[in-house]
Formats: sequence, structure tokens, C-alpha cells
Amino acid sequence: MSAEAHGAVFHAPRAHQFDTAEQQKDASTLGMWLFLVTEIMFFSGLFCCYLVYRWFYPEAFAAASHHLDVALGGFNTAVLICSSLTMVLAVNASQAGKRRALVAFLILTILLGGVFLGVKAVEWHHKYVDHHIPGPSFHFEGPNARQAQLFFSLYFVMTGLHALHMVIGIGLLTVLTVQARRGKFTPTYNTPVDMCGLYWHFVDLIWIFLFPLLYLIDRHTK
Amino acid sequence: MSEQSLSEHSISTTSYYLVFLALMVGTALTTWIAYLDLGWLNTPVALGIACTKAMLVVLYFMHVKHGTKLTKIVAVSGIFWLLLLLGFTMADILTRGWLGFPGK
Repeated sequence: MSAEAHGAVFHAPRAHQFDTAEQQKDASTLGMWLFLVTEIMFFSGLFCCYLVYRWFYPEAFAAASHHLDVALGGFNTAVLICSSLTMVLAVNASQAGKRRALVAFLILTILLGGVFLGVKAVEWHHKYVDHHIPGPSFHFEGPNARQAQLFFSLYFVMTGLHALHMVIGIGLLTVLTVQARRGKFTPTYNTPVDMCGLYWHFVDLIWIFLFPLLYLIDRHTK
Repeated sequence: MSEQSLSEHSISTTSYYLVFLALMVGTALTTWIAYLDLGWLNTPVALGIACTKAMLVVLYFMHVKHGTKLTKIVAVSGIFWLLLLLGFTMADILTRGWLGFPGK
């Protein structure tokens, strides 16, 4: 039947409830977006917490924010935007059936994700050396030490949760790279690449907000 | 039954590079502006740039611009729930001082 008609071309294993492969892909996209909306709400709780405490303690948040490294944060923002570009080019390559380009762009995306996490680890280490990790050894010069500890708690939870998403994303991309090398994805079947792309861009989205909210509070006052 | 091409929505890579450029410029801009004293406008401007960057990522990198109506509705619903959460929380926080009795 159709398998013979299309020869050796691999098709999406289409479930019987879908009329066409396109309908099946639209359903996957919708499901992924629903998942991403729950992810938005997951992070929203933290953003809401941030908003309330920054409203209560604006001076402490500004003073604590000045201890973050804008150069490293800005560099990481650029790295993440580059990785989003390589990811979208990977999706494009998979749709065009360019297997080698797909593998290359996936590996580039993984490497950029690794650079981001490496820089993040360096920043966290600086915070450890400076005693800015909330807890018994926390130390902060200035009148707002207790409130600054709230800022650093939010900083570690938000960037930590974001980094966890990056680690999961890198894991997903590694699986995709192996599958892509084996030639699993074709112009007619590339849904996993597309869905992991959505996830990766979502992680980029969160950072787009984390960077100004954590690193750039009232920088002009110092 | 046509299962030929699912990639008909794919945009030319030129637009990806343009969006990438805009995102990089936006990052440089928001960092530069953070060091200028705009008074109370600093945070709204930073959030405005972040929202613009986010829109570009969602519309072009995440293909919502060429997505189905249902996908667009779901994406907008995410923003809607977020605004509900932030809006109602702040409605509480900002108005607590209005009532002049203890336990407010």
C-alpha cells in the first residue's frame, strides 16, 4: 500500500485517530504549547515572589543586584540567543532533509548550552567565595543584609531552576543528535526536533526576563 | 491523502538571522540603558525591551506567527494566566494599607 508507494521514505508513524500527518503534527505542537503554558506558570510563581519582595525592599534588591556580574550575565544572554539561532537552524535543516547540517546545528546548540552552564557555574562559585549564598554563612555589607538574602535566595532558585531546564534540554538534544545521525528525521517526519526546539526557545525566553530583572536593577546608582 | 510536506510553513533563514540580530541589539540596548538614570522609567523600559525580545522569539523562532489559531490561543492564554497571577497578587499587596485597622 502506501509504504510501497513511497518506497524507502520513512514516514511519521501516524496514529489512526489522525486524518493526516499534518493534523498529527498540529496536535503535537498544541500539546507542547500546553506543556509550555504550565511551565510559564511554574516560573510565574517565582516571578510573582520576586515582584512582591522587590516592591517591599527596592533598595536592598538594588544593592544586592550590584554584586552580580553584568559582563558574565550579558555574555551568557548572548550565548543563549546564539543557541536559539542554531536551534531554529537545526529545525530548518531537519525540514529541508539536510541531515549533516541538522547534526552540526544540534551539536552547536549543545555546546553553546554547555558554555552557558559553565559561565553560570563560575558565577555561582563567585557567590560562594563572597558568602552570598543564603544560609548560616551568608554575609552582606550594608544596612539591608536580611533583605539582600531574600534577593540571593530568589537569584539562586530562579537561575537554578533555569539551569536545570538547560540540563534537561541538553539531554533531549543529545538524544536527538544520535537519532539524527541515524537518519531518523526526514522532511516528512521531524516532529521531535520541532518540539525540542520549542522547549529550548522557552528556556531562552525565561532568561530574557531573568537577565534584566536580576542583573540590571538600578545600575545607574553605582 | 497528502502527507508530502510538513515544511510548507518554514520561513527563509534570512528572517532567523534578522531576529537574531534584533535580539542581540536588544540585549546590548537593555544593558546600556540600565546605566542611564531614567528615574522610575528604568524598570518599565527594561521590561518593554524584554517583552519585545520575547515576542520575537515566540513569533519567529517558535513559529507561532505561522502556527494554527489554537496554538496562538494557547500561547496567549499563558500570558493571560501570568497577568492574572501578578495582577491579583499586587491588587492585594498594594491595597493592604488602605484599611486603618490591625490585621489588615
